[in-house]
Amino acid sequence: MISRQRLLLHSAAKPLLFVLCLLPFAWLFYSALSDQLGANPAEALIRSTGDWTLRFICIVLAVTPLRVISNTPALARFRRMLGLFSYFYVVTHLLSYSWFDMGFDVPDITKDIAKRPFILVGFTAFVLLTPLAATSFNAAIKAMGARRWQWLHKLVYLIAGLGLLHFFWMRAAKNNFAEVFVYAAIIALLLGWRAQQSLKKKRPQPMPSGRVKLSS
Amino acid sequence: MLIKTNASGFDHPVPSEITPKGIYQSRRELIKLMATGATGAALAGWAGREAWAQAVPKPGKLAPLPGGKSAVAGALVMDKVTDYKDITTYNNFYEFGTDKADPAKNAHTLVTKPWSVAVEGLVKEPKTYTLEDLIRLSPQEERIYRLRCVEGWSMVIPWVGYSLSELIRKVEPLGSAKYVEFISQADPKTMPFVGSRVLDWPYVEALRMDEAMHPLALLTFGMYGEVLPNQNGAPVRMVLPWKYGFKSGKSIVKIRFTDKEPRTAWNKAAAQEYGFYSNVNPNVDHPRWSQATERRIGEDGLFAKKRKTLVFNGYEAQVGQLYAGMDLKKFF
Repeated sequence: MISRQRLLLHSAAKPLLFVLCLLPFAWLFYSALSDQLGANPAEALIRSTGDWTLRFICIVLAVTPLRVISNTPALARFRRMLGLFSYFYVVTHLLSYSWFDMGFDVPDITKDIAKRPFILVGFTAFVLLTPLAATSFNAAIKAMGARRWQWLHKLVYLIAGLGLLHFFWMRAAKNNFAEVFVYAAIIALLLGWRAQQSLKKKRPQPMPSGRVKLSS
Repeated sequence: MLIKTNASGFDHPVPSEITPKGIYQSRRELIKLMATGATGAALAGWAGREAWAQAVPKPGKLAPLPGGKSAVAGALVMDKVTDYKDITTYNNFYEFGTDKADPAKNAHTLVTKPWSVAVEGLVKEPKTYTLEDLIRLSPQEERIYRLRCVEGWSMVIPWVGYSLSELIRKVEPLGSAKYVEFISQADPKTMPFVGSRVLDWPYVEALRMDEAMHPLALLTFGMYGEVLPNQNGAPVRMVLPWKYGFKSGKSIVKIRFTDKEPRTAWNKAAAQEYGFYSNVNPNVDHPRWSQATERRIGEDGLFAKKRKTLVFNGYEAQVGQLYAGMDLKKFF
């Protein structure tokens, strides 16, 4: 237990995680340059960056449950970086779409976003994620006050739902939901855990264990 | 054809007669060599012949199935032919998986020998053809068609086959036959994804009789001068260049003539998204994406803007009259 804590607090832990988070991007970049993305590289890039956005949302949502369940407070120090990488991948996703699919034709993109519900939903999720990314530094928490900052960052639950809906709708074309259900199950599990925790908190209990753990 | 019209398109030889890029480039090398005096004239002639003989762009992977030149208007488009590798690794063939890389990985289990096709329903001469009989029924022709997928990408493929009308004439449909239905193989033992809930199996596609009789509707046995690779719908499939790709059934085992419009696979799965006709139409969007443009596989680079999709995939001159007076927004 102690050694795990020590490992996570090591000064190299954050740089290492940073490099790990960048690997999918590096791999995509390399594959694009070396023509290894198959017959339709544009589609492969747009889809992979979208997949990675969803994966990072799942990872960042898993931090708090893992921290509490495994009693590893040190995990908290990685949450911000993981959150920012979610935003990094959603930006590359939006850029890939705008560039490789739409040729940066802004009127075309605007029309497309307004016309197609599944793109509108994805775009809304991106817009909502932007203030979260923009307030991911300590001074912002101070300036906003912890409560308001927390309230704002709870938007991520809604964003996760919108991201899922976006993916579901995209796949609906082909009735191909197997992967969507995997992400939905993971996100449901992670959000369900939170709902259960907050119910526990509200109920008067002899030992307020949930609260103590959460603030540790 | 002596009299050229717009409908004949650009008339050029079959791809096997076009000098491949590698060859004319190597000829230039040869000329350079000759200019520098590095080789004798006789040797240069020999080298040139050698290079020519080696360069027939057949993939050399499967049994040859050469196709003669077709006299059908629109049979040969002038677009650059898509690479064999792209055509055989990027497929929608849901019996072998939903990812476009899946069919190339999984379709090796398909058993295409022996194969037979039952022609039944409202015909005077119902008959089950062996594949060999079907291949011999009419001379094979090479047809270079555009293929536009409903997902917004396109290819140019040199198919080998003959007009479906040749078969239809032989089996003599009754006057009551209004539609032709194409039923694909659905064998869960050799097609791992048959049984998945994505679609109703077997895969069913259909055409109105006049569409099926159109000379461009190709009963297809080969591609690139060889028999069809499994992932492309071996051993026999339909190719309908003016319709979205999913209208062209693959690995066909039954052709049935009916009097009622058949329910087709994608129409059953999502009727508001996939109509019976599914003609390529840039003016009728799919509910979730635009059909105005397409990406030509292997040609339009990552940073190129997508190209405009053509009405009836560019075959309007040939097939437009089939739909005269129809509201194509309603009958999409």
